[in-house]
Amino acid sequence: MTETTSVLGGAVRRREDPALIRGTGKYTDDVNPTGTLHVAFVRSPFAKAKILSIDTTAAAEAAGVVAVYTAEDVRHLGPLPAQVPVRPRPLLADGQVAHAGEAVAMVVATDRYLAQDAAELVFVDYEDQAPVIDLKAAQAGDVKAHDDMDSNVIISWAGGPFGDEEAIAATRAGISAAKEREDAVVVSLEMTNQRLIPTAIEPRSVHAEWNAGYGEFRVHSSTQIAHALAGAIARVFGLANSAVHLTAPEVGGGFGAKLNIYPDEILTCFAARSLGRPVKFTETRREAAVSTIHGRGWVATATITGTRDGEILGYELEGVADMGAYTQNFTAAIPFLGLFIGSGQYTMPTYWKVDCVLTNTVVTDAYRGAGRPEAEYYLERIVDAYAREIGMDPADVRKKNYFDTFQDAISPIGFAMDTGDYAKNLDALLAFADYDGLKADRDRMRAEGRLVGIGLSSYVEVCGFGPSGLAELGFSWSEYNLPSSFNGSALLRVTPEGGATLSIGTGPSGQGHETTWAQIVNRETGIPLDRIRVLHGDTKDSPTGIGSFGSRSLAVDGAAAHEASQKVTAKASKIAAHLLEAAEEDIRFGDGAAHVAGSPDASVTWAEIAKAAYQPHLLPEGLEGSLEAHALFSPGNATWPFGSHIAMVEVDPDTGDVTLLRYIGMDDCGNVVNPMIVDGQLHGGAAQGIGQALHEHGIYDDMGNLLTTSLVDYLIPTAATLPAFELARTVTPTHVNPLGVKGIGEAGTIGSAQTIVNAVVDAVAHLGVRHIDMPLRPKRVWQAIQDAKGA
Amino acid sequence: MDIHMTVNGEQVSASVEPRTLLVHFIREHLRLTGTHVGCETSYCGACTVHVDGKAVKSCTMLAVQADGADITTIEGLADGDALHPVQEGFWERHGLQCGFCTPGMIMSSVKLLEAAPDPSEREIREALEGNLCRCTGYHNIVRAVEYAGARMRGEEPAQPDWEVN
Repeated sequence: MTETTSVLGGAVRRREDPALIRGTGKYTDDVNPTGTLHVAFVRSPFAKAKILSIDTTAAAEAAGVVAVYTAEDVRHLGPLPAQVPVRPRPLLADGQVAHAGEAVAMVVATDRYLAQDAAELVFVDYEDQAPVIDLKAAQAGDVKAHDDMDSNVIISWAGGPFGDEEAIAATRAGISAAKEREDAVVVSLEMTNQRLIPTAIEPRSVHAEWNAGYGEFRVHSSTQIAHALAGAIARVFGLANSAVHLTAPEVGGGFGAKLNIYPDEILTCFAARSLGRPVKFTETRREAAVSTIHGRGWVATATITGTRDGEILGYELEGVADMGAYTQNFTAAIPFLGLFIGSGQYTMPTYWKVDCVLTNTVVTDAYRGAGRPEAEYYLERIVDAYAREIGMDPADVRKKNYFDTFQDAISPIGFAMDTGDYAKNLDALLAFADYDGLKADRDRMRAEGRLVGIGLSSYVEVCGFGPSGLAELGFSWSEYNLPSSFNGSALLRVTPEGGATLSIGTGPSGQGHETTWAQIVNRETGIPLDRIRVLHGDTKDSPTGIGSFGSRSLAVDGAAAHEASQKVTAKASKIAAHLLEAAEEDIRFGDGAAHVAGSPDASVTWAEIAKAAYQPHLLPEGLEGSLEAHALFSPGNATWPFGSHIAMVEVDPDTGDVTLLRYIGMDDCGNVVNPMIVDGQLHGGAAQGIGQALHEHGIYDDMGNLLTTSLVDYLIPTAATLPAFELARTVTPTHVNPLGVKGIGEAGTIGSAQTIVNAVVDAVAHLGVRHIDMPLRPKRVWQAIQDAKGA
Repeated sequence: MDIHMTVNGEQVSASVEPRTLLVHFIREHLRLTGTHVGCETSYCGACTVHVDGKAVKSCTMLAVQADGADITTIEGLADGDALHPVQEGFWERHGLQCGFCTPGMIMSSVKLLEAAPDPSEREIREALEGNLCRCTGYHNIVRAVEYAGARMRGEEPAQPDWEVN
């Protein structure tokens, strides 16, 4: 039924950890060469305002200040490069601010305290304007986020299927007709998927040095996309990419927030080059709430039309998504990622449309899941509401409408999915969780007068981007001087003494790539794990790469590592065959050596093979020296992991406080290399979805002030608010990469928020509550109970 | 102001501005960068160090307040090559991912186990409420502390979860 053993590796302890547990791991803010100058930004207190004047005189004269810059000084550098530059942002506000917290001036001083002191001395004369904050107001468009715009709606994503207007019209007509059926049940809810602040524990940081003699930038940044950032810097300053040596050292959590190019990264480089000294900027936590992207921020109405016996006849989602004030890296494309899985695991006709609107708020972009948690939230909440409406068990409704087991199916929303076995996965969860027993427990507790609920949901997600042809859909890296490609990259080099270095194109921020990638190389080559060094996040080590995001690393760059290993062993086989005077096809690798099949005593170690590779006179005729291979991997499709989760919650009837009693998951990410790391990804992913369901909310007031800029206002889960996770998995490999693996970094987040809300609604539904918007903080839950009682 | 303290067993003296935070003194003057700054407001706990035997969030203490104190940072926890059992627990039970909260989490866990050598899961969770982690969902942090507790009591730690289910 369930499989939890790895087929490709094992629970190898992480090689990253010794430095991190001893405190010797180096993060960007730890880079502090003598003479480093520090940056502080002057930020707008207004959400929308004209800048009438900026007086930097007092700041420039303050103790320790080396320079003060405004838009005038950096205008020639152009706007911030962005991959989908619908409304690119200026590096510093230029005559106009469009969100509270937008940087207006930049102070560089000898010390971070002095820089912050001087920032207080910059006098900015603003003429404030009425901002647009509310999403529906933005959609209606009476107030514009920017005065030069005709509409706040910058793009709409619609399906299905995606991209076929005629077929979309036919889908809508079909659903309208279904609503007229006598046995039709129509269930509809407007729901908010609230704005979130990603909150990596490490604030972003960037350190830049310019060496005029070499004509080279040396940059460290807390980023998930080292090559893209280096390319963006090169583009802005008119340099070759090779003139920007960029390192993402240890990165203290990313979650998509560091999948971006930020103005401060470009400006820190500008200051370093202008001043000829090392310059550093590190966000404060409060500042990070306005200087780093936000996520989510949707309002949408989800509607299911179905029969009384659980057949879903149509699903409609119409909504609006908040882009914030500008478009950065992927901003306007995030809802498109939701559209990809708009019809979920189901076969029903689906109509899906989301308007993307600009507002006078912090820019939104990819936050763990990026469009997919929103899509699954709406779908799985409304499926649950439909099941409740017709009095069917939510598991049965789901199974009745799932795709059957498939390889290569086209979803109703119009995308090809790789592999799926949804009913098997859900059945496995029901057995693992003892669903019937769980329901009996719930009913027993209810009989005691307690408000206990069980929530179930399932998800499919799309990740592991991806096919090289994605560039044709507008995802182009050319703004960052990179090829328009989502290829994975791996350069494997057998070193002269017989070890190996693997240079990869990903940028991990805690996902354990040094361990997992070494396992991949070890499995293919037999070179011992402790002799394989994995290099990442450095543009000088790795020829190319687009970093870690969208749960793509293993399925794309991991596959490249696998292919590079195969190329190297193919050449090594020739060398070993020559050294052993054996047939090449009889060579097998394992235990640090090449062996001859059928001759147990005949072997050469990798050290001996390497020695020959680096001394060409030892090589067979016609074979060139060196032993390395660079593999680019472009999969035929993204991967489509899936799973099902169950939560059991208790609601305090007096306070509305929600206690999470149990969280049980059955996830399927295909083959697994390191089950310890995969489980860890699921724990953290689920915690962030649970955080959205119960605690987290980036709250704006009507004037565009962000009210949640500290960790006491913006609550993330603590050890005390989460339970132990109970996880198991099914294994449905994919055929789109040679490892059969699917992404797992975001699945926990994509599958969890609706599981929690479904559980809480289950706990209070008998009181008349149909829905409560996230976050389900005590006051909201209490109020919903009171309102239901009053009704 | 001139200050003197013992940090990881070594005497240090320095002249600092009165407003210098202890964490900045540790990181920038002493160049012990294992202690991290996550929020500057004592919510996240990434900056936790031991001051005179207590777990303290060093971002909300002034360096001058630590004058004369005996301080241990994450760099001073291991005994040479021998990891502290809590460090070993975090490694063995995958109690960290990005590692940024880890030094503070480990320093708090050490004090937790000194106060309660055999804590329940609930006690561990409540004791670590002041240390935020965004990567692990805390599951394996709890397991890491349980592992360390068992080791420190001379018992065999429980099997890892990934070998049980």
